[in-house]
Amino acid sequence: MSVQGLIRMGDNTLVLGQRVSEWCGHAPALEEDIALANTALDLIGQTQLWLGLAAEREGQGRTADTLAYHRDAWDFRNLLLVEQPNRDFGATMMRQFLFDAWHLEALKALTEHEDAEIAAIAQKSVKEVTYHRERSSDTVIALGDGTEESHDRMQAALDRLWPYVGEMFSTDNDDLKDMSALKSAFDRYLETVLAEATLSRPDGDFAHMGGKTGARHTEHLGHMLATMQVLPRSYPDATW
Amino acid sequence: MYAQMIKSEATQDDPEKLAAFQARIDAGEKIEPKDWMPAGYRKTLIRQIGQHAHSEIVGQLPEGNWITRAPTLERKAILLAKVQDEAGHGLYLYCAAETLGVSRDELTEMLLDGRMKYSSIFAYPTLTWADMGAVGWLVDGAAIMNQVPLQRTSYGPYARSMVRICKEESFHQRQGFDIMMKMANGTEAQKRMAQDALNRFWYPSLMMFGPSDKESVHSEQSMAWKIKMNSNDELRQKFVDQTVPQAEYLGLTIPDETLAWNDEKGGYDFAEPDWSEFFDVLKGNGPCSVERIEARQKAWDDGAWVREARLAHAAKKRAAKVAAE
Repeated sequence: MSVQGLIRMGDNTLVLGQRVSEWCGHAPALEEDIALANTALDLIGQTQLWLGLAAEREGQGRTADTLAYHRDAWDFRNLLLVEQPNRDFGATMMRQFLFDAWHLEALKALTEHEDAEIAAIAQKSVKEVTYHRERSSDTVIALGDGTEESHDRMQAALDRLWPYVGEMFSTDNDDLKDMSALKSAFDRYLETVLAEATLSRPDGDFAHMGGKTGARHTEHLGHMLATMQVLPRSYPDATW
Repeated sequence: MYAQMIKSEATQDDPEKLAAFQARIDAGEKIEPKDWMPAGYRKTLIRQIGQHAHSEIVGQLPEGNWITRAPTLERKAILLAKVQDEAGHGLYLYCAAETLGVSRDELTEMLLDGRMKYSSIFAYPTLTWADMGAVGWLVDGAAIMNQVPLQRTSYGPYARSMVRICKEESFHQRQGFDIMMKMANGTEAQKRMAQDALNRFWYPSLMMFGPSDKESVHSEQSMAWKIKMNSNDELRQKFVDQTVPQAEYLGLTIPDETLAWNDEKGGYDFAEPDWSEFFDVLKGNGPCSVERIEARQKAWDDGAWVREARLAHAAKKRAAKVAAE
């Protein structure tokens, strides 16, 4: 069992949870505001579990909070997809949909992990992420199919985010499961939703890499961490 | 208290109907959406519930300001849950207002073009993490003072939404006080933040109850209709009496040199806030008044395509269903 693999799961939920929480008070309708906050809340809760277990297994006296607040960008192991900025609501929901579609398959696979604690976290998360995927799929369908403007915005969002999809299925020995094995289920699900949303799967499968290995994050991550970590870094002696 | 200076409407209905209506209220009956009600009662309630709903929505902004900078994962989760509750409160209240014949979109437009207000407190900035404590402790504390009695208000949907809201507000206040305890017992820098937050939020919190009853011309009718349950001064006194010992417990100083226990009245004597500042805030000259409405306007404008697309998609689905039948 790899600590890095746990950190990858936790960093994905942390970085996406942080991004989604930026919407608070600014969503297109009250129901969307509530749903976005709810999604962010689930993701932060999952972060506490993944990073908590990572810290425990690492055995160096760190905690979920020290991992979240006292690492620099090069030590983060999240996918490049989740550090992408929110842009408009359509791009936010497309990012969420692509991630949820992968995340649910990954968690389902992890419910059968031989490590009982990993399986338990996956089990708990599957319930929440099933709802996340349902909601983001419904939104992608509604906005893809809605008006000409909304269709164009959703297609543009998909095109823009497409190069960050492939990294989800790259895999190495640090992963908790073989992530490449999830691709066919993901592709089938994607096809169904895109068809209903009247959106086209972009040509080509070029993929940016470097998030989950930490080799090369995007420029966006550093800014996010500067905001997120400001208090614990500025006042290292304080407890909150 | 999220409803301030609610002008109550004079009413020109049939005196017999009015008397029967008043008798129902005096007997403690609840008025329900389909019941007859004076036009003034309806209008006053729309104004009051609308202002309360807007306050919940605008109130997300000063707290949302710190969600991305919450100092631990636990604090981030709690703050997210709290702000989510507030959006939920806005939703119940807009629904309660809808039963009076005004849509959420109409109310939103009235907020954005300045015809309707939100509580003065949310026009103040949140500058340090201690402000998340002060908002929970003082602002939610003041809101609870007003909202607990409103659970008994005469309009059924409003009273019922208050029951749900009050349950969540008391959790909000406790989490605020918990942040203040950590800050007040923390490092020198944290103590300084805590005292600074109290200094900045004390008088704006007192203003939440509205001006003195002596100057509050609208109270009488609203009290008779049981849509206002206590006088402004009464609630303010109760708030001060509750809060002063809590500040002492935290080791913080209330920024009022005149503050003193008065044995005779069994409560504290305290300085009035600067009411000219309050009226400036209501006129849109609060430190963040422009930013708050700008942010809501931007959310409304940027979200237009999403709302239109959802309607268009729902219409297509309905049409497809009809075609299939």
